[in-house]
Amino acid sequence: MSASFGLLVVFLVGLTLVAVPLGRFIALVLDGALPAPVRKVESLLFRLAGVDVAESMPWPRYAASVLVFNLLGLLVVYVLQRLQGALPLNPAQLPGVGPEVAFNTAVSFASNTNWQAYAGETTMSHLTQMVALTTQNFVSAATGIAVLTALVRGLRAEKSPGLGSFWVDLSRSTLFVLLPLSVVLALVLASQGVVQTFAANVKVATLEGAEQTLAVGPVASQVAIKQLGTNGGGFYNVNSAHPFENPTPVTNLLELLAILLIPAALCFSFGHLVRDRRQGWALYATMVALFVPLAGLTLWAEHQPTAALSMTGVDVSGGNMEGKEVRFGVGASALWAVATTAASNGSVNAMHDSFTPLGGLGPMWLMQLGEVVFGGVGSGLYGLLVYAVLAVFIAGLMVGRTPEYLGKKVGAFEMKMASLAVLFPSAAALLGTAVACVLPEGVAAVGNGGAHGFSEMLYAFSSGANNNGSAFGGLTVNGPFYAIAIGLVMLVGRYWVIVPVLALAGSFAARRRVPPSSGTLPTHGPMFVVLLAFVVALVGALTFVPALALGPVVEHLTR
Amino acid sequence: MLRPALSLLAVFTLLCGLVYPAALTGVAQLAFPAQANGSLVVVDGKAVGSSLVGQSFTSPAFFWSRPSATTPPYNGAASSGSNLGPSSAALKQAVGERVAALGVEGRVPVDLVTSSASGLDPDVSLAAALVQVPRVAKARHLDEARLVALVQQQSISSPLGSARVNVLALNLALMKEPASR
Repeated sequence: MSASFGLLVVFLVGLTLVAVPLGRFIALVLDGALPAPVRKVESLLFRLAGVDVAESMPWPRYAASVLVFNLLGLLVVYVLQRLQGALPLNPAQLPGVGPEVAFNTAVSFASNTNWQAYAGETTMSHLTQMVALTTQNFVSAATGIAVLTALVRGLRAEKSPGLGSFWVDLSRSTLFVLLPLSVVLALVLASQGVVQTFAANVKVATLEGAEQTLAVGPVASQVAIKQLGTNGGGFYNVNSAHPFENPTPVTNLLELLAILLIPAALCFSFGHLVRDRRQGWALYATMVALFVPLAGLTLWAEHQPTAALSMTGVDVSGGNMEGKEVRFGVGASALWAVATTAASNGSVNAMHDSFTPLGGLGPMWLMQLGEVVFGGVGSGLYGLLVYAVLAVFIAGLMVGRTPEYLGKKVGAFEMKMASLAVLFPSAAALLGTAVACVLPEGVAAVGNGGAHGFSEMLYAFSSGANNNGSAFGGLTVNGPFYAIAIGLVMLVGRYWVIVPVLALAGSFAARRRVPPSSGTLPTHGPMFVVLLAFVVALVGALTFVPALALGPVVEHLTR
Repeated sequence: MLRPALSLLAVFTLLCGLVYPAALTGVAQLAFPAQANGSLVVVDGKAVGSSLVGQSFTSPAFFWSRPSATTPPYNGAASSGSNLGPSSAALKQAVGERVAALGVEGRVPVDLVTSSASGLDPDVSLAAALVQVPRVAKARHLDEARLVALVQQQSISSPLGSARVNVLALNLALMKEPASR
């Protein structure tokens, strides 16, 4: 077990060392500080697309651009899935996807959730995987970075309503951040055994004379961006547990780092962009402070034998190996589970449904905290900034002063928007679970009975509403009820947060910056880190402890 | 608003959805053809499997892989875990049956009686390979000490995890061992 905790420490140190310089680079890109030849290429693209680089959109226009672009992307993914049977690059001759699952998948990839209501290798053609899904992996992540950038501009602005251009932010994030990182990671992964081919299945004759069919495809290119863009939608049904998606302990460590890399780096970008690096470190420290205890819980829990494995004749010193791969072992599987749910990635290298009750509670609660502990690319940090607004408001109430954040007064409108952004995903998760519990279609889909079955439903809606995408896979989610219900909560969890966040940004932008006074709460020190972590944990606990008590807690106590 | 949305979506679809995967496929096929095509293991000119993907072994004369939740076991075209929960009665029963089927003296390492996440796990733990030595030795009329040495030789250690053995590689090495008695 000590090796597992050692891995956690090495992982966090390594992450920080890479994230700091990358954060600086991303800040330069978002500020448009690009070399002249790059600017030339970029301006060509903008001319073609009719984009005015100098435009600074007021928040309603920025929000409308986000929504229109995402809606168009959603439609393309839907149509490509429905028609894939008649389209090229379909060597396994898969038929078109049914309407409910196609809707679910389209929402899932446009909203950066990458919930998989389908089994990749037996449902999606190569064309769909590439043109529909890989494209959305890039642009949905870039959308998150763009919205974050708009919020930063709102905080930086001095009584001017513009938040920058969505088209410029989207393009720069895709072209200069996500694409180069993906190319590098994909090549390294391919060199280690992640397949990358347009061929159909490969057939081999096993040593015992049976025929084994190995599904292959353009995997490395998709895996790289699904890890980096906090997407999580894998090529295969079992995601990064599949040997062709994640063949060795080395690829596992790289993919694990890639999950948290950009969300962590964006904290440091934030510090650069607001011209006060300590602000970025404070937000990063808050994320780490929330991450470490929950990672510790899951690591510890997975080293314990489960009720089903504790019997004479079994040496359980290896921990809970059901649903885990030997090359990763318990430590790297548990660490992945908390990293993928802390970030709204949702890729898996082990089956969360088979985790111990407390081992599964860690990932579930990390999602329910609103995906702000690292969180999605861009979305994690704007989510945490919403909580920062809440935190300064609570601190302001305690001392009876008007709260402010980075020199911007927090008024009634800002508080309303911040509250909405926190309430919508939580309400969607809980109401969705409640509806599933009372409908026969909802209950019939569970894979395990009793408290664990409830955990499966709660996990599914928490995952959808917070745009994570991982699952307790025993739940059958390709039926009409879950496909549509989770499709809807994914929409709420993404866009009903983006719009209030942009409104918040617009409202900040219109305000004058006030210089800090003796009564200003500093937002870069340890005290603010503790306060912010406390607010996130408290809101998460008040909202979800009753539901968690019915699922993992009951299962743990009655095992 | 519609023009930038449509043009940028078209450009990124082309670039991220076609050019990026196609260029990577080209480079990977040139630079790492073996890895990019599934790391196939070829014996006498025939592909007998992938060094990365496990396969099913049922004969007592082979080392067995972990239980697999795919249908049929080790189905490389449809990966799947069992998704059985930690207190599942079905899992408890299955584990009991697997322990009985292995029929080893002493306790069985947990990975050998639990199904993997993918259903395609190529490895077992070193302990899980060693515990099978008596059965394989008996079936092949081999000296147990020599087999233990062979297993040790195939063991892969990693600073990030405990020692493991690739079952296909071990069985291929096993097939080259001449019978000792």
